[in-house]
Amino acid sequence: MAIHRYDNRLGVWGWLGGGRWGIERYAYLLHRLTGLAVLLYLLMHTVVTSLRVKGIYLWTEGGFFHQPIFRLGEFAVVTAFAFHAFNGLRLVLVELGFAVGKPIEPIYPYKTSVGVQRPLLIAAMLLALVFLAVGGYNFMLGAAK
Amino acid sequence: MRNGTKYWTWHMAAGVVLLLLLGLHMVIMHMGGSVHLFAPRGADAVSEANSQWRDSKICFALSYILLLGVGLYHGLYSLRTILLELTLKPAMEKAMTILLVIVGVGLFGLGSWAAWAAHVVALAGGKG
Amino acid sequence: MAEKKATKTITFHVTRYNPEVDAKPYIRAYAVEVNDGMTVLDGLHWIKENLDATLVWRYSCRMGICGSCGMLINGSPTLACNTQILHLSQKEITVGPLPNFEIIRDLVPDLLSMFDKHAMVSPNIVRDEAELNSTQGEFYQSPEELEAYLQFTYCIKCGCCMGACPTLATDVRYLGPMPLTALERYNEDTRDEGFALRAKIAGGKGGAFRCHYAGECSRVCPKGVDPGKAIQLLKRKLVLDYLHLAGKKKPCKKLEGPGEGKLLPNMIAPARTIPG
Repeated sequence: MAIHRYDNRLGVWGWLGGGRWGIERYAYLLHRLTGLAVLLYLLMHTVVTSLRVKGIYLWTEGGFFHQPIFRLGEFAVVTAFAFHAFNGLRLVLVELGFAVGKPIEPIYPYKTSVGVQRPLLIAAMLLALVFLAVGGYNFMLGAAK
Repeated sequence: MRNGTKYWTWHMAAGVVLLLLLGLHMVIMHMGGSVHLFAPRGADAVSEANSQWRDSKICFALSYILLLGVGLYHGLYSLRTILLELTLKPAMEKAMTILLVIVGVGLFGLGSWAAWAAHVVALAGGKG
Repeated sequence: MAEKKATKTITFHVTRYNPEVDAKPYIRAYAVEVNDGMTVLDGLHWIKENLDATLVWRYSCRMGICGSCGMLINGSPTLACNTQILHLSQKEITVGPLPNFEIIRDLVPDLLSMFDKHAMVSPNIVRDEAELNSTQGEFYQSPEELEAYLQFTYCIKCGCCMGACPTLATDVRYLGPMPLTALERYNEDTRDEGFALRAKIAGGKGGAFRCHYAGECSRVCPKGVDPGKAIQLLKRKLVLDYLHLAGKKKPCKKLEGPGEGKLLPNMIAPARTIPG
């Protein structure tokens, strides 16, 4: 008689984590979400900006995409880009083995690569915040007009 | 994928190039109040006049094409990676890859043509 | 001798699943008398002895070296024998089977998929058979060369890293942190010549590039093996190899007898007793 095994894979919920994961796990999730957001925007943006050949400038003053809701959406894309870019910079360094440390003899309490790259994550987040602060200031300047 | 290392390496390289090019693009378009770059025709960096000024410069036309290329490659490769992790049927995966390649090449074609055509139009000094 | 008074009653929420009877797993609560120093493994034994003899789980050494008792405890994959109940909570804990594996029964995961993936990466020294089988001589490896892979040899194949990995949650083909760490362990070993043999699987559909450094595998590893680090180092090796920037490394020599390798000062090599 075949024994029925229950498939205990977490599925997409496994991407979302369970509340007891480290910051890097959430950075991984946010990196995916922001990447998808920016990609979706890129696909639309390519089509919209290509219309300028026909003299159609939909994003300038008076254009369809100049409305506040779309300007806010654009700022959301800038936010997504800020996180994705600076976290991506950290990932390029980590995934090419530059910021993970050398193999060492594991002595408890263990010092892992997660701890080694943690300052890089914090620096990336701070840089993203600075980028956003400047972007936000400019957004408010534009909104005030 | 027959040569995973090759595509991934280019994905990383595209990411780094994007950091620079897209970062510059964001600064030009969205931070004109603080860092006013490449927008000599008025305070609004994304106005029609400033867009046409940039379109008239060959280096902008070429960098737009490069930005579009690396952006599409980086983005669509990432989307493909995410979708491959869902363990779909092999036929679905193949179809998905082909669809993404078509979308990527198609949009690249459209955007590159638009960059070049806009450059020609801007040089002629008028609207399309 | 009077029984030691229990210090606390902790509720264990344990996942139960009997494939012959249940359609899917469910959670059952047990009130466990917990003393200071009791591990989750001790708690499970207490349940089996006092409350429910049908509870099933894997264990062996009960001291954190065999890797049998990997479970999901309070949402984190860890070894039951290594985890003190009262360090986790003073009221209740949840105990479930390792995620990302099939469940055979109760807390017992089917680890065969992990071992099959492990076998796929050629987890052995790949070298000229004659050299490997020859009983003469020994491989010359410096302490620095040993340190380059020693950390990755401490893996006890418990599967906790596999349970923590977000990619394995959806991707059946992904090799996972444990097999990839084993792969890197052999790649870094100077006695090994199998880099090219393993490169296809390492860079392939289920290989190292499906890792996006969520870092959970390294956080949960009970032996400090740091599989996350191993996988990133593997990616580095693969990229450098693709760009032809990796130095051509020859595997370490086999020393056939006295007179080869570095002699310590003031030591005279003994005369050969085996005919050359």
